[in-house]
Amino acid sequence: MNRAVLSALLSHWRRAPLQLLTLVLGLALATGLWTGVQAINTEARSSYDAAAATLGEGAYDQLVPEDGGSIAQETYVALRRAGWQVSPVVEGRLAGQRLVGIDPLTAPGALAPVQVDGADIAAFLGAGEIFGRPEVLEALPETGARLVPDPGAAPGTALTDIGLAQRLLDRDGQIDRLVVAPGQPLGRPPLAEVAPALVLRPAQDGSDIGRLTDSFHLNLTAFGLLAFAVGIFIVHGAVGLSFEQRRPMLRTLRALGVPLRRLLALMGAELLGLALVAGILGVGLGWLMAALLLPNVAATLRGLYGAEVAGTLALRPGWLLSGLAVALIGTALASASAFARLARMPLLSGGQPRAWAMGAAGGRTVQTLAALALLGAAGALALWGKGLIAGFACLAALLLGGALALPLLLGLVLGAGERAAKGPLAQWFWADSRQQLPGLSLALMALLLAMAANVGVSTMVSSFRLTFTAFLDQRLAAELYVQAADPAQAERIEAIAAPATREILPLASVDRELEGAPGQVQMARDAQTYRDNWQFLRAVPGVWDRLAAGQGLLVNEQLFRRADLDLGDALEVAPGRALPVIGVYGDYGNPSGEAILGEEAFRRLYPDALPLRFGLRLPPDQVPALRAALEEAGVPQAAMTDQAALKAFSLGVFERTFSVTAALNVLTLGVAGFAILMSLLTLAAMRLPQLAPVWALGLTRARLGRLELIRAVLLAALTALAALPLGLALAWILLAVVNVEAFGWRLPMTLFPWDYARLGLLALLAALLAAAWPAWRLARTPPAALLKVFAGER
Amino acid sequence: MTQGQILLHAGKCLAAVLTLAGPASAQGFAGLGTEAEGFALPDPAVPPAFPADHGAHPAFRIEWWYLTANLEGPDGRPYGLQWTLFRSALAPEAGSGWSAPQVWLGHAAVTTPEAQHVAQRLARGGIGQAGVQADPFEAWIDDWQMAGDSFDALTLSASGEAFSYAMTLEAEGPLVLHGQEGLSVKSPSGQSSYYYSQPFFEIEGTLELPEGTVPVTGEAWFDHEWSSQPLAEDQQGWDWFSLSFEGGARLMGFRLRGAEDYTSATWIAADGTPTAYAGESFAAEPLAQEGAEPPVRWRVTLPEQGVDVTVEALNPGAWMAVTPPYWEGPVTVSGSMAGRGYLEMTGYEAP
Repeated sequence: MNRAVLSALLSHWRRAPLQLLTLVLGLALATGLWTGVQAINTEARSSYDAAAATLGEGAYDQLVPEDGGSIAQETYVALRRAGWQVSPVVEGRLAGQRLVGIDPLTAPGALAPVQVDGADIAAFLGAGEIFGRPEVLEALPETGARLVPDPGAAPGTALTDIGLAQRLLDRDGQIDRLVVAPGQPLGRPPLAEVAPALVLRPAQDGSDIGRLTDSFHLNLTAFGLLAFAVGIFIVHGAVGLSFEQRRPMLRTLRALGVPLRRLLALMGAELLGLALVAGILGVGLGWLMAALLLPNVAATLRGLYGAEVAGTLALRPGWLLSGLAVALIGTALASASAFARLARMPLLSGGQPRAWAMGAAGGRTVQTLAALALLGAAGALALWGKGLIAGFACLAALLLGGALALPLLLGLVLGAGERAAKGPLAQWFWADSRQQLPGLSLALMALLLAMAANVGVSTMVSSFRLTFTAFLDQRLAAELYVQAADPAQAERIEAIAAPATREILPLASVDRELEGAPGQVQMARDAQTYRDNWQFLRAVPGVWDRLAAGQGLLVNEQLFRRADLDLGDALEVAPGRALPVIGVYGDYGNPSGEAILGEEAFRRLYPDALPLRFGLRLPPDQVPALRAALEEAGVPQAAMTDQAALKAFSLGVFERTFSVTAALNVLTLGVAGFAILMSLLTLAAMRLPQLAPVWALGLTRARLGRLELIRAVLLAALTALAALPLGLALAWILLAVVNVEAFGWRLPMTLFPWDYARLGLLALLAALLAAAWPAWRLARTPPAALLKVFAGER
Repeated sequence: MTQGQILLHAGKCLAAVLTLAGPASAQGFAGLGTEAEGFALPDPAVPPAFPADHGAHPAFRIEWWYLTANLEGPDGRPYGLQWTLFRSALAPEAGSGWSAPQVWLGHAAVTTPEAQHVAQRLARGGIGQAGVQADPFEAWIDDWQMAGDSFDALTLSASGEAFSYAMTLEAEGPLVLHGQEGLSVKSPSGQSSYYYSQPFFEIEGTLELPEGTVPVTGEAWFDHEWSSQPLAEDQQGWDWFSLSFEGGARLMGFRLRGAEDYTSATWIAADGTPTAYAGESFAAEPLAQEGAEPPVRWRVTLPEQGVDVTVEALNPGAWMAVTPPYWEGPVTVSGSMAGRGYLEMTGYEAP
């Protein structure tokens, strides 16, 4: 019996191939977007986790040669024999790959280059082993060493013992840098006594990078989740429709004696099979999308954060399985209500394909209440919620509430239009639009969510970019930065630079506890550069004048929030010396607190902390000449940084981020457009009885088609308008709630009307394209088909 | 492989060296519980010769230089001190540069009645970061050093994150060869090692401890042992005693725990004359033990010399939390004779 019932059930899809396509493609697209975003995130994360570990730069101080050359091995042994717990690293390029040599016996614990179990120290030290990703190992020439593939290794990096690395790089006895272990013994002599040619480079706080990239990834994840929600709406529509259209068949089957339970089980199995097929398709799509977008994301992250991300995708079973699981869960969510209705269906009712579209009307009160409750919950969570989970719950409530409210809102607008309409045709148009609304509402909800997601994410990414640009301007305003080795050289640098520069910004800082946590106090000269470039989150009027006069200090946002300060509150910056807070500045990525004092105040409180670093303001074309002059005076090239070039590069990278965002925009809107197309096609068949009388009254088929098109665009435009506030609310929650909970700082929100207008146009275009075919079909309906409507009752 | 894993492997290797741990070493690193391929084996016909044999023996697989000391502060407060250098060869050759197959491990500790300060160093031999030369004697790893123009007068130093020490050593008696002319048998099936001691060092110097600088004096015991396969596969660990009695006599005794315990001892008269005891003579039994934790009270007997004493740890928490972990600390001796000494226990679980 199973086979007979199943074949009866499946015959439906033969008669409605479009519905099958909607179901499978909708689910596949949703799964694909979700999987793709997950894949990009996972790949990027694992890449720079590995990179950070190999470099060891985030976590450990390092000793490097002052002149940028290499370190003699004797210097290393001398340091060890003096008690300095340092570990040597040599690195170079071998056949285009980065080869890093380490000494496993002295390397500090977390300098985890590669993750391989069961490897053997004898092999690593003895015959030699090289760890790396398979593609890296493939590129290496034959060395005699055993190659150990390690997918977890940093991209483009091969790792081996320092002895072997020195030999392969032809750099016997040479070391590039020494990693300083965190624990050092008592009685260790100063560095200058043992190795005067080396300087200590403090651990570069990896958290800057980590936190900024986390923010980027969180955004991507939110995007993937929204895309998935859009897809689920499509699936929900398709499943509901297919159940509704099969009601006569189900009634017949049950009348023939098929038990309800078995019928439900078989339909469940049918859906399960479809979900699996769609899930596999979706994972494939996601893979494709990730593979296409990853090079851009990789370039973004590499440029922005210096983190090397593999441009190619490794197949990770984790996200493959999660993709399938997500497809199954999505199908279950989307079909739950259809199943519930089927289970409750009386044996002898529902013989006719009652317009499925009308079904929703009954639940209007329920829907209104649910929408209001959800939106209220979102508001409450945004105001009083605590923690990341609350942030995400708030997002979910907002979007779901917004989607549920959409048909009600559209109904109100269309009703108003109807009342305002003059003439029978216009009245009919409005009334007919309203009558179609229930059938289109799921597709329109999908469009709403897609639009809102795009508005939200565009706002967030653009705000992020503006903030970051301003931050770079603030922090890297000077054209050239010079690091002096000692106060004498600092004086020489100032003397040489003074005639050539517009402004000299001496930079000095002391590490000090601020409000009970480690922090830093910095010095700022009263300079036009700061006045021009720094933006404050909050500040008193005349903040720079007051800072210069020593009447207050500036704090970064992290300290401001953590210590719960307010403007005017006093902060202790030196023993027994507190100053009022007069300004708060954004300090994105810095985990610790920071306070800035005016130059005079700083020098008075910390006479020993002399500025050794200088920002030099001068016309960019004169930078090379000044560099040359400074180098002649004994300042090594390595001590000078041309920050303008670095900044330009960082900004260029952001443009690539945008291409990723833009691609995702088009994809989600495409999915929503697809949903509209499917709904319209489905409705078209049901609508003939409603259109035939209008045609019979004298409206041409072509005119009817045009009206269809106009209606689709009208509905899309209304939806887009509704999506704008929803999207902005979404962006606000992401920036002001989720970001603060996740990273401790709030990204200022900026509005981008042109972007929204462009998105709106895209949404209209999607609706227009989606409606074009159904309208064209309507315009070409044979008059016979329309006449047949009057031929008899169905 | 992570750094930790590399160290773990290094640790396993050295664990096999140090603790003669049974199960781990049987399939442990470099097959230390198994046949010694290509490595030299102790030869009864070739007794140790000095000063040459103070140095390293790269043709043997494992080797250690071990110094322990019982110290006293100006107020009579007792302290213990340890300085150890291990060598483990991946291949029976000295070599040079990074590719030299010699891995070195240093352990240093200071024990007070309340605290145990421990430090560890790992190094490659071929680049000069660690090594031992015979004449003039110098043994070093990083900044830790035991050195002197003559082996009878040495300086000793080591440092960790919470302590450091600088000591001078003066030999007040002769070197002592254990077993048969320095060939010490380590199991019933005949595994053996070269083993000699200098148990008569007078030591003085200063300890830098968290509580301050402490000038100390006392006596120290030096061991040097090398071998290629000193353990039987079933041996899980050992209990090793070096005791100094009032009156000047010394006792070295150990118990190797295996399918059958194996004991061995050397009685050293006040003038340095050794008497070796194998088999049943020497016995050590725990007086109290909790689970698999190291027992810190023992009854030690050597009836031939009238020894029936209780050995008790100065600080029961003298655990060496290094790779591999073990217990090592100063002890006091009471019973038929009084004195003090050092106890090492391997193959137990951390207390």
